[in-house]
Amino acid sequence: MLTFLMKRFGVMLLTILCLTFIVFWLTNLAPNLERLAKTQANNRMTDEQVVSWLDARGYNRNIFIKYGEWMGLVPGWTNEINGVQAGRCIRAGETEGPKFCGVLQGDFGFSTVSQEPVSDVISRRLSLTGWLMMCTFLLMVPMALIVGIAAGMREGSRLDRGLSTFSITTTATPEYVSGVIFIAIFTSSAVGLKWFKGTATSAADEITFANFTLPVVTIALYGMGYIARMTRASMAEVMQSQYIRTARLKGVSFKGVVLKHALRNALIAPFTVIMLQFPFLLTGVVIVESLFNYKGFGWTLVQAAGNNDVELLLGCSIIAVIVVLLTQLISDIGYVFLNPRVRVT
Amino acid sequence: MKQLDWTGAIGTVLDPILIIAGSVLLLAFIAQMISSFIWMPSAEVIGAPTKRNPTDNILLVGKIALYVVIGVVLAYIIGGNLVATESKGIVERIFTQFRPVWLAMLLILALSFLFKSKLGLYGKILDNKLGLIGLCVVMFWVLTAILATGLCIGEYCTMPIVQYDELQQISGMKNKKPGWAVTGEEGQYYLLGGDVLARDVFSRVIVGSRTVLSIAPAATLFAFMVGITLGLPAGYFTGKLDTTLTFIANLVLAFPVILLFYLLVTKDIVKTGIPMYLAAVLFLFPLIFLTILLTSKFRTRPGEMALYLGISLTLGFWVYLGLTFNYDPLGLNIFSMDPNTLNIFVSVVFVNAPTVYRIVRGLVFDIKTRDYVAAAQTRGENPWYIMLWEILPNARGPLIVDFCLRIGYTTILLGTLGFFGLGISSESPDWGMTINEGRKLLSVFLHPAITPAIALMSLVLGLNFLADGLREESLRD
Repeated sequence: MLTFLMKRFGVMLLTILCLTFIVFWLTNLAPNLERLAKTQANNRMTDEQVVSWLDARGYNRNIFIKYGEWMGLVPGWTNEINGVQAGRCIRAGETEGPKFCGVLQGDFGFSTVSQEPVSDVISRRLSLTGWLMMCTFLLMVPMALIVGIAAGMREGSRLDRGLSTFSITTTATPEYVSGVIFIAIFTSSAVGLKWFKGTATSAADEITFANFTLPVVTIALYGMGYIARMTRASMAEVMQSQYIRTARLKGVSFKGVVLKHALRNALIAPFTVIMLQFPFLLTGVVIVESLFNYKGFGWTLVQAAGNNDVELLLGCSIIAVIVVLLTQLISDIGYVFLNPRVRVT
Repeated sequence: MKQLDWTGAIGTVLDPILIIAGSVLLLAFIAQMISSFIWMPSAEVIGAPTKRNPTDNILLVGKIALYVVIGVVLAYIIGGNLVATESKGIVERIFTQFRPVWLAMLLILALSFLFKSKLGLYGKILDNKLGLIGLCVVMFWVLTAILATGLCIGEYCTMPIVQYDELQQISGMKNKKPGWAVTGEEGQYYLLGGDVLARDVFSRVIVGSRTVLSIAPAATLFAFMVGITLGLPAGYFTGKLDTTLTFIANLVLAFPVILLFYLLVTKDIVKTGIPMYLAAVLFLFPLIFLTILLTSKFRTRPGEMALYLGISLTLGFWVYLGLTFNYDPLGLNIFSMDPNTLNIFVSVVFVNAPTVYRIVRGLVFDIKTRDYVAAAQTRGENPWYIMLWEILPNARGPLIVDFCLRIGYTTILLGTLGFFGLGISSESPDWGMTINEGRKLLSVFLHPAITPAIALMSLVLGLNFLADGLREESLRD
């Protein structure tokens, strides 16, 4: 078990390293840097001015050195700009800073748009998204499991067909479609049912039923169908197994078979699927947060990408990648614990 | 008449029927699911025939309601085409615009049913209720995309479905409601209203189907080529090759899709040439696939091999150069893509390929233990022959199903790209883009956002139904 964990952890670290480097490289491409220089300094700079601006701030160097700086393995650059001592690790207004400042030192850099440290921005936004995710999971997982198990316990029955059609429909409706339809029906003055609010901006201060229902339902519905279909498949397979037949022939009631014998075995596969839903949910979160103007992590990601806020974008992507990889790790370990037939060694 | 009603003369009879039958259908659908907990439908009870129970009655009512609804919809389609223009409402006029599509669908379905027994898996789909619905919806959108602005054979052209050019702005039509009469033109209406720039919503949605349906299937096909070409050897040889490729695939899969799009699909990135290099690599895979396919088959017959390989590679490289580098040695420029479309195309292929790779790899792991593979190995067949001509054909069932699902998923991805305004020019009638534009005024004007939203949903739903039907039918034998 320990070697398995070590190995998985090693692969995970390697993946994080590769992915952050790719993001770093893509955000540091020449056109992006040019745009950054123009938004930061002056929109009408000539090409030479752009080059000298970037040179002075250490942008025009080898990508590996810059990446090392960002990681905190290479000492940060220092330079004199307009007679003022400046450097990667020196905050505006100060003259000195630490030698290394990178992710390893816990410094995620400085957001050029919101003018505050990236770690502050992300931690604040992440807690907002945390609420959204939690509510979504509390709604999505139980519903998906109930639908999946009800559909899978009698494969091919009327109930199965009805519920399967429902889950197919939800998987075919992406968030930007269902969200728009929900907003149109439940919030617009054109239809007149003003049950909920069309924006969730106020939910950042206080979560209410009116402002948080639609975002949560929108994400949950799209993610639900997939989990429900996987649960259905797993349940249908379990219901055909030998031990279920034995239980039935022994005279256990159908209810007893489903609840006592089938349910636990059928829930092993969906566990993995639920954990692997995180990367998909992330896209959903970005869409829904932009649609409902909820200023969480996804909204920040869109803003950072739109404004080419390089360090904020890097911070967001490292968080996203770590979340995805951690859930994959948890799903693997959890699978081993839940399913006694799987041995890792 | 300034504004059209939703339904015209025939609506006075059909509307009440549709509403009643529709609500009965919905109620019966929910009721049957609940009541089947208590009383099993007698058709599903195995063994001695049981007495009729309430579930059977609900099923019967639901079935009748379903047929009534289908009948009314058909009556709208047929009646809407036949009644006089003045007595038509919005629905009848829309159905009239789609006349070429109805006729083409009727022809294709009639031919399909006629030759059902000879059509293999496609023929079987016609027996599956859900699959047939999916097929009809997909066929509807494909034909709409083809016939959108009219198709000409020689001098004979079909009637165009669109009424206006997708970019044409008519003054006074800004944000007008569905069925609003066009200013200055007698008897012309914006059937589904005007958008914020006074363009016809209906025509834009119709033309928008072209963007989706030209990119999504092709991108999915390329993703499959990449996934199959890499997944087959990885699953068959395993070892270091498998470890490396799987690591790379997991790398791409761990990348949040939306982040990748934000980094890769921007106007600036086109300047760096990265999409082109990515295309140069990804588009090479179909050629590699084709070469291996032919060389492994005709290994013992060099003459035929040279012929087939020569023809297909010449054509392949011609298309490859045109698509990737926009370079055509013959100067015809038939195969070319503008840089932004190429960028979107490549990104979508790039995102989809690792998933296909994993599916193919898993299938190969399963199939290579079969007896016929062992037999081929004992015969001393080339490993590539076994992979492409023994394993791949036997993996086709799950792959076809996944292909359908994946086109739907790609459609959603393209919509996401449009929704965030990435890569596509801001005037394009692309559905995702239109939804994004329309949502800004959603609390007051519904139609500009709802129309493309429903179009996108129906297409994806159709593809998913089709995939589900295919899955059921391919599992049956």
